[in-house]
Amino acid sequence: MDKKELLKTAVKVRKGIVTAVHGAKAGHPGGSLSAADIFTYLYFEEMKVDPKNPKDPDRDRFVLSKGHTAPGLYSALAYRGFFPVEDLPTLRHLGSYLQGHPDMKHIPGVDMSSGSLGQGLSAACGMALAGKLDNKNYRVYCLCGDGEIQEGQIWEAAMFAGARKLDNLCVIVDNNNLQIDGPITEVCDPYPIDKKFEAFNFHVINVADGNDMDQLKSAFDEAKTVKGKPVCIVAKTVKGKGVSFMENQVGWHGKAPNDEEYATAMSDLEKLEAAL
Amino acid sequence: MSEEIKKIATRESYGNALAMYGEEYPNLVVLDADLANATKTGVFQKKYPDRHIDCGIAEADMTGIAAGLATCGKIPFISSFAMFAAGRNFEVVRNSIGYPHLNVKIGATHAGITVGEDGASHQALEDIALMRTIPGMTVVCPSDDIETKAAVKAALEMDGPFYMRTSRAASPVFNDNPDYRFELGKGITLKDGKDITIIATGVEVSYSMEAAKMLEADGVDARVINIHTIKPIDEDIIVKAAKETKKIFTVEEAFVTGGLGSAVTEVVSEKNPATVHRLGMQDVFGESGSWSALLEKYELDAKGIYNQIKKLL
Repeated sequence: MDKKELLKTAVKVRKGIVTAVHGAKAGHPGGSLSAADIFTYLYFEEMKVDPKNPKDPDRDRFVLSKGHTAPGLYSALAYRGFFPVEDLPTLRHLGSYLQGHPDMKHIPGVDMSSGSLGQGLSAACGMALAGKLDNKNYRVYCLCGDGEIQEGQIWEAAMFAGARKLDNLCVIVDNNNLQIDGPITEVCDPYPIDKKFEAFNFHVINVADGNDMDQLKSAFDEAKTVKGKPVCIVAKTVKGKGVSFMENQVGWHGKAPNDEEYATAMSDLEKLEAAL
Repeated sequence: MSEEIKKIATRESYGNALAMYGEEYPNLVVLDADLANATKTGVFQKKYPDRHIDCGIAEADMTGIAAGLATCGKIPFISSFAMFAAGRNFEVVRNSIGYPHLNVKIGATHAGITVGEDGASHQALEDIALMRTIPGMTVVCPSDDIETKAAVKAALEMDGPFYMRTSRAASPVFNDNPDYRFELGKGITLKDGKDITIIATGVEVSYSMEAAKMLEADGVDARVINIHTIKPIDEDIIVKAAKETKKIFTVEEAFVTGGLGSAVTEVVSEKNPATVHRLGMQDVFGESGSWSALLEKYELDAKGIYNQIKKLL
């Protein structure tokens, strides 16, 4: 996909996020929007996946360790063709397969159930290890939150990945700098994130603007060349990116827009689309 | 000289079973958290070094790794002490294995008071209670070497999460008869009886058999049932006992709250109300001591079971 198409797709994914969360009257728009470009790049450019064969044993895998940003994943999966885009507003509704957090049993394209923070990276390690045991070439991608890495299990998993030299594993930290209780530096400062992963024997790639497709491309391209080490991409992003009143606002971590806010958000995104 | 009864700890049987089935099940992989020597999976490790993964002292991570392996078609057995495999790990087991109903097997060794000298910090008394609340989780507590091996085989044959608690204490091998048949969810009547029923699990099964013999000398005809699968539990065999005998006694070396005692009581109270006395660990932590001394103190050896039943009759 060329860059313009990717940018257009990212706007669609953002619209899907806002629509889903508005339909649910609950959910997590802030961290879904900060990672929207990462979701888009992974599902439309980077990963080998086939919506017609979502369980292909040779596919690349994705684990959303920061599972509360399910609207971002669902929107990307829907636009990629795993299920109808029209279903996005049923998010979190009783009877909908679009559960509040990723559910691998019922949602096509979801490779691992998640939601309880800190657990996804271990599962991603297991998938990467299975690939090594079976001499398969698939890659495993795992998206973590910068607040999420306060969980101790993340570092158990990071130690394992480094020790086992899982070079088919690529961790992305969505470094939007905000968590529910405030800026990550004020809640319980996890910095320096890059040096921590380096110390756990990762090859670390810092991305100055994780909402920029060119920078994401160069990071993911570099990640694929690394041998003998897992990779961690620390992507600086803007929470709520693309919706003017949500950007960098901690209050939009886990809140749905009302009808009026929804209209404003969609108009913001339409302007972005028109400018492309 | 009396005939010597072969004794083997079920944790040892667990390790041997894994090694035994390694060839038949090429997708079987075994994970440990720095306790391969104690969980006895070292035998498997020696035979299949590439399929044994030591995750270090990181039980939660080991559990998640197993979940990831299972999504890729592996059949992981994760091994640790029951305290960590079920206790420390509860929420990871629930969310990373139980909720997605992944084909992960949990081999929890050192369950119950019979851990012995390590003391209360390592004596998992609540693991049955914890594991049986997880939807779709099979919970097994085998009584001897033969049953443990059969349970491992059954785990390999079924799809879905499976929890097996084994013991550090040496248990007499008594299921070595040609009629023995292991089926998940089916209790085994070891001795028929018409007065009372003793329903036991794990290492307590052989003690309960001994206690039944002692009761027989007093003229009490006790039925003895081995419940190796605590979930799904064999309701029929329990209801039948409630109908045909006057009282039920459950015996386990775990907390009666949430354990076998609770599981049996739930069935009886809903299907055929009858009196159930729950023998096991009451609302107290364990302590250090040899496993035999502890069983004596908490009246969970044959004599203790006999004494408790006599008082309650």
